Amino acid sequence: MEKPFHSVTLDADKCKGCITCVSRCPTGAIRVRGGKAKILSELCIDCGECIRLCPHHAKKAVFDPLSITENYPYTIALPAPSLYGQINNLDDIDYVLNALKLMGFDDVFEVSKAAELISCYTRELLNAGKLKKPVISSACPAVVRLIRVRFGDLCEHVLPVLPPMELAARLAKKRAMEQTGRPIEEIGAFFISPCPAKVTDVRRPMASETSYVDGVLAISEIYPPLIAKMNKITDPTPMVDSGIFGVSWAGSGGEAAALLDEKYLAADGIEEVIKVLEEVEDEKLSDLDFIELNACNGGCVGGVLTVENPYVAKARLQRLRKYLPVSKNHLSENTDRRRMNWTKELTAAKTMILSDDLGESLQMMAKIDEIYQRLPMLDCGSCGAPSCRALAEDIVLGYANENDCVFQLREHIHTLAKSIESLEDFIPAPFRKELHQNDSK
Amino acid sequence: MPPLTFTYQVPGDDFTRAGEASGQLKRTLKKIGFNADVIRRVSIAMYEAEINMVIHANGGEIEAQVSPEKIEIWFRDQGPGIPDISLAMKEGYSTAPDNVRSLGFGAGMGLPNIKKYSDTLEIDTELGVGTTLHVIINAE
Repeated sequence: MEKPFHSVTLDADKCKGCITCVSRCPTGAIRVRGGKAKILSELCIDCGECIRLCPHHAKKAVFDPLSITENYPYTIALPAPSLYGQINNLDDIDYVLNALKLMGFDDVFEVSKAAELISCYTRELLNAGKLKKPVISSACPAVVRLIRVRFGDLCEHVLPVLPPMELAARLAKKRAMEQTGRPIEEIGAFFISPCPAKVTDVRRPMASETSYVDGVLAISEIYPPLIAKMNKITDPTPMVDSGIFGVSWAGSGGEAAALLDEKYLAADGIEEVIKVLEEVEDEKLSDLDFIELNACNGGCVGGVLTVENPYVAKARLQRLRKYLPVSKNHLSENTDRRRMNWTKELTAAKTMILSDDLGESLQMMAKIDEIYQRLPMLDCGSCGAPSCRALAEDIVLGYANENDCVFQLREHIHTLAKSIESLEDFIPAPFRKELHQNDSK
Repeated sequence: MPPLTFTYQVPGDDFTRAGEASGQLKRTLKKIGFNADVIRRVSIAMYEAEINMVIHANGGEIEAQVSPEKIEIWFRDQGPGIPDISLAMKEGYSTAPDNVRSLGFGAGMGLPNIKKYSDTLEIDTELGVGTTLHVIINAE
């Protein structure tokens, strides 16, 4: 099996072993071991919540350096629409697109352009009635991973259409090949990303075998050189080729609004997303057609690789899109829709289940419950697990010991001390005067 | 191995907490690895019964016994009892107060839904004493 990859990683030198990230991780994927946070690979969904929360800045996202573009003779920048919301006083997206070219990219292909095509395709699919409702957006890779790990039975609700980044890379490369005559190997496509989950999605794609994206650059890294170039532009060449629909994908609700179907819900922020998924699971949202979920507050503008407050960024986008047409990209009758579909089936990860055998699983659950009753139920995190219940599970799964609980340990020591105390007056047989033990005192 | 037993107290005075017990049992059943369809049926039937306990009976106690073959749940309350079970089983028939209905509850689908999602439903009720619902959902 392929080695797991995660963009979200730990800087061990900075980690103090506190439990801030442990107790807030939405999948309970972090434990403290050896005084440092340890991320459990099979549970991590790369949502970046721990990066946001860590008071010591010990959690970081791995992304590609700008120098990765040097490996390709022809380079294309794929800016996420959330990038536009980072820039103050911007009233024309062309400044950003022109500046990317000045930074050295041979071409720029807006991800919002691909997003508009996906909106178009999703509308068609919804109208055709072939999808299991409510359809859940697949654009946020952290949400899709969350569904795999915690809501496995909802996999069939996930929209089986490529995310905008991936479609943009494919269309951009096709266009570059046609325009330049270069073979595909010479063309590098680089996504300018608001979040680490996209890095993981490129290295370990869920929708297809391989990704057409050759590198993921962080908005926060691109930002300073981009601003420097933008300041040099006075009269930008017209380049923008997407409308309100595409640009609005940057914020929560944008994707859903573009479906022109009022039976939708859009939720953002990982905790709210989890609540909505619980409701879908209990069939409480069966009357909805579409559910847009974004792991970050405010949507992609809230990603941990951005520089601006998500709500400020969203307000700027509202201003920016004011002079844009509704949508500039539409599917034509002869567009091959199949190329926008997932080529891999999304399946539930079995990581949350105790055992494959129901009987054995039940026995383990009985043991977990028994241990849990003995724990203090304070969820203090001193054992390195997110909660007393998680510790009880870890003990039964063999990852922890009951003495890892400081309260249990204290009790244990107390019992030991008592037995030592009771032995204090004990006189071994050779030193006893009497033959009968009870007479020795 | 005897079935695994979980008990939950349903507070009658706090409407905002209704649905917590079914959520907890759902998470437990997921961990154990029951089939998604079984879990869905248990959580919907249990949710409806839990809401009923809060709306009509000022809360009560839930006992769930879990074994690989089936999930068996008792909902015990000391509420007013059900005067006419066949009427209560009718879809759309409701005695819920207006303030509860304005929240979207009390549509008269509680008992019908419990019956729909369970394999066995027994109702033991006595006016002025209380009601016990015995629900079985087969896991196989």
